[in-house]
Amino acid sequence: MVASALSVKNIHKSFGSVEVLKGVSFEAKSGDVISLIGSSGSGKSTLLRCINYLETPDEGEISVSGEVIRTVKGKDGKFHAVDRRQLEHIRTRLGMVFQSFNLWSHKTILENIIEGPIHVLGMTKKDAIGEAELLMEKVGITPKRDHYPNQLSGGQQQRAAIARALAMKPEVMLFDEPTSALDPELVNEVLLVIKKLAEEGRTMVMVTHEMSLARDISTEVIFLHKGLVEERGAPSEMMRDPQSARLRQFLQMA
Amino acid sequence: MMETISNVIGFLPALIKATPLTLLLTAVAGVFGLVIGTLVALARLSGRRVLSVPAYVFTFAFRGTPLLVQIYLIYYGLGQVLPGTWVRHSFLWPYLRDGLWYAIFALSLNQASYNAEVIRGAIKAIPRGQIEAAKSIGMRSSMILRRITLPQAFRSCLPVLTGDLIILLKTTSLASTITVLEVMGTARILQRQSLLTFEPLIAAGIIYFTVVFILTRIVGVAEKRLTRYRTAKA
Ligand SMILES: Nc1ncnc2c1ncn2[C@@H]1O[C@H](COP(=O)(O)OP(=O)(O)O)[C@@H](O)[C@H]1O
Ligand SMILES: [Mg+2]
Repeated sequence: MVASALSVKNIHKSFGSVEVLKGVSFEAKSGDVISLIGSSGSGKSTLLRCINYLETPDEGEISVSGEVIRTVKGKDGKFHAVDRRQLEHIRTRLGMVFQSFNLWSHKTILENIIEGPIHVLGMTKKDAIGEAELLMEKVGITPKRDHYPNQLSGGQQQRAAIARALAMKPEVMLFDEPTSALDPELVNEVLLVIKKLAEEGRTMVMVTHEMSLARDISTEVIFLHKGLVEERGAPSEMMRDPQSARLRQFLQMA
Repeated sequence: MMETISNVIGFLPALIKATPLTLLLTAVAGVFGLVIGTLVALARLSGRRVLSVPAYVFTFAFRGTPLLVQIYLIYYGLGQVLPGTWVRHSFLWPYLRDGLWYAIFALSLNQASYNAEVIRGAIKAIPRGQIEAAKSIGMRSSMILRRITLPQAFRSCLPVLTGDLIILLKTTSLASTITVLEVMGTARILQRQSLLTFEPLIAAGIIYFTVVFILTRIVGVAEKRLTRYRTAKA
């Protein structure tokens, strides 16, 4: 049996006394595009952040290509990653794109992209620049290579952030509402890049409120409600014929 | 009037000869102040009480008392204690009697206490998302500190740090109170020798002003280069 590219098992997460995730599981095979949808506050971002342990799940298990992130229960009864080195290595295999881009503001676009390949993966500067040039071409920001993030539009920054994540050659890409901080006229240029990645057969998990994007490129859509999977399935069927009242309501509002 | 001017000019050579010592005090206390200040800032932000509490007490004490008091306490205090210890018989002793070391010590710690607060504020102001982005590509925390947090913190508080460095340059004149013959100490000797009150002080003022002017220019150029990322236009 081939291990799935990403496996998320029974993830629980509380903030204080509020349980935000109440046991969420899904799997992504290589080439799958999974869309997480749900109303604001339903736990989508938290779930995505649990995948690369920006939030440590209280319970559950994440594995990437069959390698489980090892955890141990601490004195407080909560889980911690046991092995920083293993976690750091697994993070290099998961690319993340944030809602607010999060480019390093003191570095140029090129420097943002080559930072990880050089300092985390140990590539030579020459190789890293060579690959960064291809990626900048791919996302269409080549003319901005020596500009600083604050000189770019939101759409350009997000495309640069995608290139930065891709530069690590991740096995899975994670997107957290990549277009929701953008002015409407800039959304499309970012959606086009994401579609291109899906067409290339990249494994991706994305939180999105762009229903048309979810319908066009997902292999599976997962509807989260109050920390639980309320409904899941193939995008076209789910959107045409939602089973739960909540999803029906959600789709009407979207 | 002409006589005053020629007297002032007459004092300049001796003061110019003392200028390197003023610059040395500034540079050494500036560097130590920055290094210690950064460590103190990190200690305060560490979230570990064994580190953050002493760091807090340190900054609070040094920012809350006059530098002159600190200089006297360190000079006379350590000056009393050290002769009773092994240091008295070590080869270092002849040097340690010199007020210069106590001045460097006091100025460094004082500068560190100010730098620490500035750097701490700058670190806290870095958007959390940029740190998360660094984590998400697998950077370890020491690398994040070295490559993301500190470079950005230093750049963003650079104007304040350099402003404090220029204040430090002028503050080194307090070292003259413990026998250090930098520009101000030399001016006081010239006062005694010439029995003139104002002219040596005017000459010292001219020296300080000139050095500050040059330093401000140098620092301004460095600032422009390092903060391009914030000022650059699209
Ligand atoms: N770091 C945190 N501390 C406390 N509460 C949080 C934190 N992050 C998220 N939450 C809460 O968890 C809930 C789910 O948040 P989130 O995962 O961001 O939802 P979504 O992305 O679906 O809008 C929200 O009620 C939010 O306020
Ligand atoms: Mg969210």
